Amino acid sequence: MNEAMIETATLEVPCEVPAHTVNPVEPFLRMDRMPHIWCPACGIGTTVNCFTRALEASKRNLDKVAIVSGIGCTGRVAGYANLDSFHTTHGRAIPFATGLKLSNPELEVVVYSGDGDLFAIGGNHFIHAARRNMDIKVICVNNLTYAMTGGQTAPTTPGKVISATSPYGVFEPAFNLVALAEAAGAAYVARWTTYHVKQLSRSMEEVLNKRGFCFIEVLSPCPTLYQRRNKMGDGLDAMKYYKAASKIRHGARTSECDLSRDGEIVVGKFVDRDRPAYSELLQAQMTETLGDRYAEPEVSCCSEG
Amino acid sequence: MHADPKGVLTGVHFLDGDHACCEGTLAAGARFAAGYPITPSTEVVERFAWRIPTVGGIFIQMEDELAASITIQGAVWGGAKAFTVTSGPGFSLMMEHIGYAAMTETPCVFVNVQRGGPSTGLPTLPAQADMMQARWGSHGDYGIIALCPNSPQECFDLTIQGFNLAEEFRVPVMMMLDECVGHMTEKVVIPDAEKIEITPRRFTKLPPEEFHLFQPQADLVPDMVRAGDGYRFHVTGLTHDERGYPSMNVDTQDRSVRRLQEKLKPLANGRALCETEHLEDAEVVVVSYGITSRVAQRALQLARQRGIRAGKFRIISAWPFPEQRIRDLAGRVKAFVVPELNLGQMVHEVQRAAEGRAAVIPVSHAGGSVHDPDTILKAIVEAAR
Repeated sequence: MNEAMIETATLEVPCEVPAHTVNPVEPFLRMDRMPHIWCPACGIGTTVNCFTRALEASKRNLDKVAIVSGIGCTGRVAGYANLDSFHTTHGRAIPFATGLKLSNPELEVVVYSGDGDLFAIGGNHFIHAARRNMDIKVICVNNLTYAMTGGQTAPTTPGKVISATSPYGVFEPAFNLVALAEAAGAAYVARWTTYHVKQLSRSMEEVLNKRGFCFIEVLSPCPTLYQRRNKMGDGLDAMKYYKAASKIRHGARTSECDLSRDGEIVVGKFVDRDRPAYSELLQAQMTETLGDRYAEPEVSCCSEG
Repeated sequence: MHADPKGVLTGVHFLDGDHACCEGTLAAGARFAAGYPITPSTEVVERFAWRIPTVGGIFIQMEDELAASITIQGAVWGGAKAFTVTSGPGFSLMMEHIGYAAMTETPCVFVNVQRGGPSTGLPTLPAQADMMQARWGSHGDYGIIALCPNSPQECFDLTIQGFNLAEEFRVPVMMMLDECVGHMTEKVVIPDAEKIEITPRRFTKLPPEEFHLFQPQADLVPDMVRAGDGYRFHVTGLTHDERGYPSMNVDTQDRSVRRLQEKLKPLANGRALCETEHLEDAEVVVVSYGITSRVAQRALQLARQRGIRAGKFRIISAWPFPEQRIRDLAGRVKAFVVPELNLGQMVHEVQRAAEGRAAVIPVSHAGGSVHDPDTILKAIVEAAR
């Protein structure tokens, strides 16, 4: 079967949904906020779909899962998730999540944001939260550009790419996010693309059950801005590229996992290590120095009566 | 409700303003602080870092002021009473999150121990030049509360009041100290916990299906919830409707932004905090706040000795500005003299409230020291002539 036939076949699949069928992801979403704002063939929705599957598989009490986003296309994820959700300021999802987690440790706190938000304006917070091994899970949807504002150069945009602010091509070197995360101290580092939905769901489930600072990079298409400007085709072309160029290499050296405009994409789980998390370190230090005088944090305030 | 005795260091102490402010936060029930070192404010969180592990809470030193000012808001939505501390340049960095706290109606406290500016300015020397920044520094229309203590005792007392007002109105509250008040050491009396009134968080009593996070109550302030309690709520800095959902249209914008200012009206009028003296017969009123009010006290004393009918109006709650009180006075006094450690900030508010019915005389000072009382006296004498 050639590629053209695959496309035709996909389009002609009869869509007979029995009455009263509920899409299994619906309980995890705020359906009263649909339709969402994302473009056709944008990958963010795919990542959200994977996230809902991971939440379901993790069997977490969803009342105890909070999601924090920054600003940008991926920043809108918080608003669609049927969880306690926070749409914060540009780049500051991680420090917000830090306060939330420390004040209410029984919460599982997930930061869900884009590459520009987490690694340009928010880069400082990312490395420090990783250094502290703060017990939060960071999911970065990396579309290699600032999409919400019209496709400008991000710290992740590969060389030679044309963007709204690099009309003659990007010449700055890009960040290798997985190497950065590992170097800064993350306990878990993985990269997938939106083609790898099963693996991505599995990784998301894993981090929901892992203590410490966990990082998942998801390479995700932006057909409207990134691909159109670079004549890279549509969403399906992105999937074909991800499929053809991705190499699953668990445990690969992250320093060798740079991304480029159209080269190989190394995916997989690169780091899974145990480091004491911030609150464990805090408790150990205080107990060592203060002994019985140390009072476990009871941060939440009470209402009257 | 009364203060939790765990945080109250009852007794008579000899403390500087920064340390007294820290004791105020603990008495007020703050169990979470995030900060970034900056002179002359760091002593507040240094003491908090020293005290909190035996009280039961968290101090975290963040990577910058942007982080500190949003970390506390995460902590508040997790259920904590929380604050951060800074000075000039750090206060500038916190502006974005003062706006976020105003927009999301997150009760929290920002302590600003003012130093000379602009920019790095005078790190170790006093000024009162952040007063307009405290009110207007973040973009857009919103309201905040700012309190100006003039002694270590007041750093303690007003910090508790600041936390209480933050909870009552769901706003960010600015504690506007200055280097002199922050570093002066005086007697501070900390009462028993049961003598300290604490405003509890206005947690809703409604079940999740009936609750809307931004549905205003009769006082225009919405009730609150805490993450993890099953409400599945949404908070955003975007213009939002009563459910907290983004709703970017003219009607929602008008309704919500007006309410952010309207809800603070009681503090601009009847509930404004101030200290007055000799207003009954005053023909000249000195309007001052913070450390300048203590210098002005000497000038007032000297003026009275000379037979000038001078009165005192010390602003304690600077924002919302106590405009009704000033307007009432403007009808019956000859002049207001307004000394401040800046080139003219609150004096513009006095002028606005006076509506031309009394002369308004600024006594400006670029900062770095306090006024010479004689300079203020001279202005009083001129005004009375």
